[in-house]
Amino acid sequence: MKTISKIRYSRRTMLKAGGAAVAASALPAPMVWGQETRDITLRQFGTGVSNLNEVAQKVREDLGFTLEMTALDSDSVTQRAATQPDSFDIADIEYWICKKIWPTGNLQAMDTSKIANYDRIVGIFRDGKLTPESVIAQGTAPHTVGFVDGPGGTSFAGEETGWMTLIPTIYNADTLGIRPDLIDRPINNWHELLNAEFRGKASILDISSIGIMDMAMVCESLGEITYGDKGNMTREEIDRTIEIFTDAKKAGQFRAFWKTFDESVNLMASGEVVIQSMWSPAITAVRARGIPCVYQPLEEGYRSWGGGIGLSASLSGMELDAAYDYINWYLSGWVGGFLMRQGYYSAVPETSKLFMSENEWGYWFEGKPATDTITSPFGDPLAEAGAVRDGGSFFDRMGAVACWNAVMDENQYMVRKWNEFIAA
Amino acid sequence: MTDQAMPPTAAPEPGAIPVHGDRARHLSGWLLAAPLASVLAVFLVLPVVMIVIVSFWGATEFSIYPDFRWDNYEFLLTSEVTYRVFLNTFKYAAITWAFTLVIGFTIAYFLAFHIRTLGWQVALFLLCTIPFWTSNIIRMISWIPFLGRNGLANSTLVSWGVVDEPLEWLLFSDFSVILAFVHLYTLFMVVPIFNTMMRIDRSLLEAASDAGASGWQTLWHIVIPLTKPGIMIGTIFVVTLVMGDFITVRFMSGSQSANVGRLISNDIGLLQYPSASATAVVLLVTVLMVIGILLRFVDIRKEL
Repeated sequence: MKTISKIRYSRRTMLKAGGAAVAASALPAPMVWGQETRDITLRQFGTGVSNLNEVAQKVREDLGFTLEMTALDSDSVTQRAATQPDSFDIADIEYWICKKIWPTGNLQAMDTSKIANYDRIVGIFRDGKLTPESVIAQGTAPHTVGFVDGPGGTSFAGEETGWMTLIPTIYNADTLGIRPDLIDRPINNWHELLNAEFRGKASILDISSIGIMDMAMVCESLGEITYGDKGNMTREEIDRTIEIFTDAKKAGQFRAFWKTFDESVNLMASGEVVIQSMWSPAITAVRARGIPCVYQPLEEGYRSWGGGIGLSASLSGMELDAAYDYINWYLSGWVGGFLMRQGYYSAVPETSKLFMSENEWGYWFEGKPATDTITSPFGDPLAEAGAVRDGGSFFDRMGAVACWNAVMDENQYMVRKWNEFIAA
Repeated sequence: MTDQAMPPTAAPEPGAIPVHGDRARHLSGWLLAAPLASVLAVFLVLPVVMIVIVSFWGATEFSIYPDFRWDNYEFLLTSEVTYRVFLNTFKYAAITWAFTLVIGFTIAYFLAFHIRTLGWQVALFLLCTIPFWTSNIIRMISWIPFLGRNGLANSTLVSWGVVDEPLEWLLFSDFSVILAFVHLYTLFMVVPIFNTMMRIDRSLLEAASDAGASGWQTLWHIVIPLTKPGIMIGTIFVVTLVMGDFITVRFMSGSQSANVGRLISNDIGLLQYPSASATAVVLLVTVLMVIGILLRFVDIRKEL
């Protein structure tokens, strides 16, 4: 494991050994790229969804430097980005986390003129609109925390400024996952999560900032609460929401709560739970085990999230250049294709298309029936020929977003209420 | 002890030159204690002091700042949730303690008094430790598929006709939490009890038997009083481990129950370090009080 400081040291010793010490100290000439990139290590951390070893391997092949990946849960990611700025070079975080982290000054803004595919990034991340007619959903929409005024900007800008906080990498529209073999009727609304029919067989995720949004979707669907903004609730709204769910918990509605991706997969696959909040690749993972599982589109719409990579404020020089190379490579298609074949969306779908078969592109992006078996990038069959993606095409799904994952002004209050809910 | 070391005649007068031998003895005592003292100071006392200090600090969404405020304690001690969670923590500790004590004592008794040769005693004792060759978490998580709705336990019970429907309360309940605790921590009871039992003079048991005591009388009047220090050490292990735990409760209750450890871990996850510290301080004080009470019953130093 080579850290950057060690590389600098080795560079110096190497030069001295070569007898060029005098020259090097007199005129610090630009370094030779080819040799140096081999020694560069960028340390990336983030949630498990996109921190995949395959990506690190491909970086090594295509770009020549080493990418070290650490996968953590959302809470740990936030914690690390906020408290250990020197422990990473690249933070792979969600937009709502960015809202929390940016004020710490641990990340640096990125110059969009250095991003080759900037103009082809999906509108959601630039002006907030998927199509010119789109209505912007509630919550922390990515474009609202996507830009700052300048390289040292500390507050978010309302429009595209050329200085981006995060380069979008993946995003998706989340809904409830169900086991169609164990529920023999159609499920069309969020309020089914609290239906007494599923007592002891429901689950919700125990990550407060996301869980509260799922709760809000349910409460609104029940007709119990009408929110001003689900992504920024008032104390009364929070109290009422938590109260409804605490009553349900006491009545034994929930089998368990989950905090990590794997837990949600196991709960669903083992049949402990038949309806729960879930993430798209978790559905894929359940299906890969040969167990039917549907990512049920619901009338009220989706709860959406987006992730992006941010650069550590301490990155500079050669490592910073390498990080830009990495970002440009990230948007150039291979990763996008890799992620889209798992059910996520990439920031620049056009380039991802180049790395997907026509069948895959049709199934995952266009919502067309599969013409052949769809397999995951890891080789597991996910869908038979003729199957259609749950929720349909990209525009059907991302166009029906009801709210974005968010951090509220009353976040601390909400967290306390959430703790009470868990302890109830 | 210093009195014995210094003969009265050698007691230095104020201003007199101390006797050389005493001084060296004094110094070497300090030197011998220094490594342990400094390790404890750096790795135990200092962190605890830090926690106490931070518990008075303030926090925002993403940072903590030095301050002196009682808010963290005020919120903690006025919240009904805190009391409920502490009560739950005590409940887990008490029930786990009762089970580990009965099981641990029985195992230790069997090993110490029913197994005749030392070789077998050691072999069987090592057998007890085999599950500890894997990690805590693995031992705990392996219960989940076993106890689940379609797990081994339920399918067996259903196929035997004991129950008609799978038992829901086997997993993600207080039952599963306590089961995992008992499984994880019984050995901490076995070891100290076994250790003290091995040191009981066997002639005492013979004397009791000669005096006409029944098996139960021997157990109650001889064995249990003599193993008290072992029981107390085991108790301290189990109670502190259970009260400080958070991961077992999280996994085995399916995140549905809370104990104090989980409150702290949630706070840490949400970057609320001062609030987590305050909870930790309250927990530390509580556990110290519990141990203080326990030590009232048995003077471990004297008995060992």
